[in-house]
Amino acid sequence: MKTLPKERRYETLSYLPPLNDQQIAKQIDYMLDQGYIPGVEFEKDPTPELHHWTLWKLPLFDARGAQDVLNEVRECRSEYSDCYIRVVGFDNLRQCQTVSFIVYKPGSSRY
Amino acid sequence: MATKTSAGFKAGVQDYRLTYYTPDYTPKDTDLLACFRMTPQPGVPAEECAAAVAAESSTGTWTTVWTDGLTDLDRYKGRCYEVEPVPGEDNQYFCFVAYPLDLFEEGSVTNVLTSLVGNVFGFKALRALRLEDIRFPVALIKTFQGPPHGITVERDKLNKYGRPLLGCTIKPKLGLSAKNYGRAVYECLRGGLDFTKDDENINSQPFMRWRDRFLFVQEAIEKAQAETNEIKGHYLNVTAGTCEEMLKRAEFAKEINTPIIMHDFLTGGFTANTTLAKYCRDNGLLLHIHRAMHAVIDRQRNHGIHFRVLAKCLRLSGGDHLHSGTVVGKLEGERGITMGFVDLMREDYVEEDRSRGIFFTQDYASMGGTMPVASGGIHVWHMPALVEIFGDDSCLQFGGGTLGHPWGNAPGATANRVALEACIQARNEGRSLAREGNDVIREACRWSPELAAACELWKEIKFEFEAMDTL
Repeated sequence: MKTLPKERRYETLSYLPPLNDQQIAKQIDYMLDQGYIPGVEFEKDPTPELHHWTLWKLPLFDARGAQDVLNEVRECRSEYSDCYIRVVGFDNLRQCQTVSFIVYKPGSSRY
Repeated sequence: MATKTSAGFKAGVQDYRLTYYTPDYTPKDTDLLACFRMTPQPGVPAEECAAAVAAESSTGTWTTVWTDGLTDLDRYKGRCYEVEPVPGEDNQYFCFVAYPLDLFEEGSVTNVLTSLVGNVFGFKALRALRLEDIRFPVALIKTFQGPPHGITVERDKLNKYGRPLLGCTIKPKLGLSAKNYGRAVYECLRGGLDFTKDDENINSQPFMRWRDRFLFVQEAIEKAQAETNEIKGHYLNVTAGTCEEMLKRAEFAKEINTPIIMHDFLTGGFTANTTLAKYCRDNGLLLHIHRAMHAVIDRQRNHGIHFRVLAKCLRLSGGDHLHSGTVVGKLEGERGITMGFVDLMREDYVEEDRSRGIFFTQDYASMGGTMPVASGGIHVWHMPALVEIFGDDSCLQFGGGTLGHPWGNAPGATANRVALEACIQARNEGRSLAREGNDVIREACRWSPELAAACELWKEIKFEFEAMDTL
């Protein structure tokens, strides 16, 4: 029997081991297949009820593949290495956000 | 067919067939349409019986009255426009009735049901009668507020995307003190559930008064939220003996800043439910709806009201969540039929599809969606099937499947959350949950001791009850 340790989480997929680049790419491919518009957000000290993280550039309307999105994540990380980074997805037909998952936590070696 | 005769008033028993059976009638877009499954008494012709159903659920009275002469019955009468035998059933008929819009008050589910499932269900010429479906015209839909927030706004408020939500009903359902109850809530939420739930029986009993429960639970929510960094909630049941008391509890819930409350819509009644839904929209509270008493109304195949009608009525009356059965768990329900009414709860436009029990195309005119809640008898091994069947816009509730974990609530909650996220990851990577679901769970067991312990306790069980609900 074990007591569950206290740990901060970052919503969908944050109960899995940190995703590697290849795994992140597959999640982004799925998002693009669904027709969603990907985007990248970052924030230094996110609290649970902070709905709006800062948007990295604009939503990536022209992303052709997962690599385009991963490149933006990498660029965002080098500029804001002390911030949490998540990939989000928008559905313009249903007019809502549909995806959000954490891809980088400051202090952890991989993302 | 004109109803008024020029001969003046002539007393006598009504022959409904002449007035209310009109097979040539083409329903209007503004008509409310209903499909009844009708079992006439032996010897009563189907058309005569169908006409009586249309009459008794609209303007008809058993005998002619002189005041009929002061109204335009053609404008107000319900019309049976189609009767067809139910395939494979002896002496059962689907009877389609069109009701003019003016028969119904704006924004009142209560009024619609009082007409459609009122006196007619005791009518002597019928052996049994079941309301199978209703088509609400857009003109009437637009007079309802619907869910206080709807699925997309709920997700935005909760900051949870791309996966079903996870919940758990706190047990034992009766008898815990408010403080002990709060602890059980905290443990579940800190383990990774999004929501916990009051059991429907919990209102405000001597062992745990509502105000004490609300305060201890809110403390649990805030602590779990601060520790996990995720938004948490607990469906605080505000169902009460009077509407005033219900609203008083809702107001207190708002005051302590809790995100979601709960109501039992059938035992509480549609008027109370609609009142509460409006309060919830005005005050930013999400509304979870329980469905105690539904099986009394919807379980018999030949009599009562099908759940899809109750679900549609609830969406109009207002609710952000509604229990819909699990398909895979211990409670019966055939998959196609269940997914038919799940679509009617959450989609904006649903096409007629008899194979899924949908008798009418329904346009909700952009009304918010109600999230289906799958709850009862499910555990981690069911997760792949649940994700496959219900998709992202659903709430999966593991009661025993969380609290029954050998290490307690928090590890039980983590086991469910890990299983869920492993399934989401696998699905998005293109793996088939139907074929590889058990492998996905087993792989996650390798790095999650909480999940491994759960998988050890609950074996790969299959529930194989014969479904009651087929067409």
